[in-house]
Amino acid sequence: MQVTSNQFKKSASRKLADPKVQKALRNAKGKLVVARSRSIRELDNFEEIREAAAQIRDLGLLHMDVLLEQWEKKAVAAGTIVHWAETPQQVNELVIEIARKHDVRKIIKSKSMLGEETNLNHALEAAGLDVRETDLGEYIIQQFGETPSHIIAPAVHKSKDDIADLFAEKHGRPRLNDISALTHEAREVLRPHFLDADMGISGANFLIAETGSTMIVTNEGNGRMTTTMPRVHVAVTGIEKVVPTLEDVALLLRLLTRSATGQSISNYLSFTTGPKRSGDKDGPGEFHVIIVDAGRTQVLASEIREALRCIRCGACMNHCPVYQNIGGHAYGWVYPGPIGSILTPALVGIENALDLPNASTLCNQCGVVCPVKIPLPDLMRKLRERQVTEKLRPWAERFGLRLWAWTAARPAVYGFLTGIAARVGKWIGGAGGLLHKLPAAGSEWTSGRDFPAPRGKTFRQLYARHRKGARR
Amino acid sequence: MKVGLFVTCLVDLMRPSIGFASLKLLESAGCEVIVPTRQTCCGQPGYNSGDRKAAQDLARKLIAEFAGCDYIVVPSGSCGGMIRAHYPELLAECPELTAAVAALARKTYELTDFLVNVARTTSVPGQFSGSVTYHDSCSGLREMGVKTQPRFLLSKVAGLTIREMDQPEECCGFGGTFAVKYGEISTRIADLKCEDVQSARADALVLGDLGCMLNIEGRLRRRGDTNTRVLHVAEVLAGMTDPIQDLDRRTAD
Repeated sequence: MQVTSNQFKKSASRKLADPKVQKALRNAKGKLVVARSRSIRELDNFEEIREAAAQIRDLGLLHMDVLLEQWEKKAVAAGTIVHWAETPQQVNELVIEIARKHDVRKIIKSKSMLGEETNLNHALEAAGLDVRETDLGEYIIQQFGETPSHIIAPAVHKSKDDIADLFAEKHGRPRLNDISALTHEAREVLRPHFLDADMGISGANFLIAETGSTMIVTNEGNGRMTTTMPRVHVAVTGIEKVVPTLEDVALLLRLLTRSATGQSISNYLSFTTGPKRSGDKDGPGEFHVIIVDAGRTQVLASEIREALRCIRCGACMNHCPVYQNIGGHAYGWVYPGPIGSILTPALVGIENALDLPNASTLCNQCGVVCPVKIPLPDLMRKLRERQVTEKLRPWAERFGLRLWAWTAARPAVYGFLTGIAARVGKWIGGAGGLLHKLPAAGSEWTSGRDFPAPRGKTFRQLYARHRKGARR
Repeated sequence: MKVGLFVTCLVDLMRPSIGFASLKLLESAGCEVIVPTRQTCCGQPGYNSGDRKAAQDLARKLIAEFAGCDYIVVPSGSCGGMIRAHYPELLAECPELTAAVAALARKTYELTDFLVNVARTTSVPGQFSGSVTYHDSCSGLREMGVKTQPRFLLSKVAGLTIREMDQPEECCGFGGTFAVKYGEISTRIADLKCEDVQSARADALVLGDLGCMLNIEGRLRRRGDTNTRVLHVAEVLAGMTDPIQDLDRRTAD
């Protein structure tokens, strides 16, 4: 996907001014946050499960090389054809090559965020292939010609009315008003594509080393059809998705669906271990898995490696006060919200997403809800440090911080300057005690808020007087 | 019990009454209070902006200034959290400080947490005729576990009733430099907080962090709300809710 993260501020501003987006975001926040918290309360040992989940993910990262080889051995033994891709381009080339080999014309796709990373749909269309998204949200987004704004609810920024209008136009049928009727219509429109597609593409939530399986977590059944109906299937997934055992997956699932949608379990869990065997009633004749690096080993070797624990539940964005107000598109790449603010600079280059690690209040609501205990604010801070070290922050900001630290290290100078600031501030604030317009960096504050004025004297001045009084 | 009061740079510059209120509360809880006069800033602005070196210099300074205290009490969950939750990481590359940092982190408390859980305070000098709604500032809540302590103490203030807002734990949008780097987003988040505060229909919003106070008060006033008072929990507990008058009296001492 095109990276537009450096237009974050402008884009966020547009989203803040868009009443439709605002309404949709408000609606989604209410639902997802409440649903999660209700389902987490069903667990009497959430914190213990969370700790265990974090350990499983860390173990997977620590022994990734061994686990991936173990997975590959099992997968190949089951008849899976395994490919390794280092770059996003290689992923697209591999998929096109497989499609050509099998004379594929039509492809159905279940959700894949990695496919978004590599711009897979565009590459396939450019190669003359017909690609259909089948996840309802992704289908809607594809029809709009947009990109997802959330990793599990791609069309969360759209309202029912937007979708009713879209379907009426694209399907050429009378406009429907009811959500279940709209869903039914999408199902009817998609059904023939499932039946005559030549190839299916999916992602994978996990790779299970002990069995050589891939697995996906879905709610709509489209994932099951995509992985079983076409004669060829290609699953595309990142190297970090590997976990040692099925039991580990069971534990992670207890948190994944609860954190994502508030479900104790999703409607479908589809495990695939190799292609159709003789005697099987369904399944693809050829099953390919492309294991992708695309920047992940760099992250693994860096100070922000914990970001690779992510199991893509979306809870961090659902609970983020920034995401809740601007939505996902402003973040400018595949992964929005707090995890996106870390993964985007990590995977597309820190200089291409300068705002993201800074555009957080560090309220740590994300860190508290993350099911695998990724210390998201700490990782954002690490990236801020990298920006400063690599001199990627504006010089005025870097100078300002240094000046502050220099002054604060010299109490006499500090006391003198703050004394002046307290007096001047009080004088400007006048009787109302408010500053309505601040200069320079402060103007961003006063464009939307007043600034309560200082009180004329600093604590250190008053305390010195107070002590003198006490001695007297 | 020798208690060092770290007033914080923001209180020093913007609202000294919070410092004096903290002093009064600690003294009336029977503590011997020390206020190191060279204290300035804990280094959080540098730390959160990626200037690790600047933050480390100020952290070293603070550690030295409070070395002799049994406890360090801070009228801010954010600055308290900086010392307790972040100094160990910030100073990890200075092994000579590891022991001192660990000790410091252990003895650092947010004011209301200290009053309730260390000093075992069950009564406070403050009086307040009216209702208040309490906002849980993020660092206090999520780094320092401050939730019930201020409410317990507020319930001991004569004449005061608490009216909870719907979502007291939602961030107010301040976020330190975030408030000036992303003013528009910050303002929108503050707006939602203001709506929640106003729907609680309390006479005052009370909280434990001056940064969030400035942010929410600034937005309330810009929205035209001149009635809802915005007070620090220390001011209410100490009965120093009229800061200007109180300071004048002190100045006249």
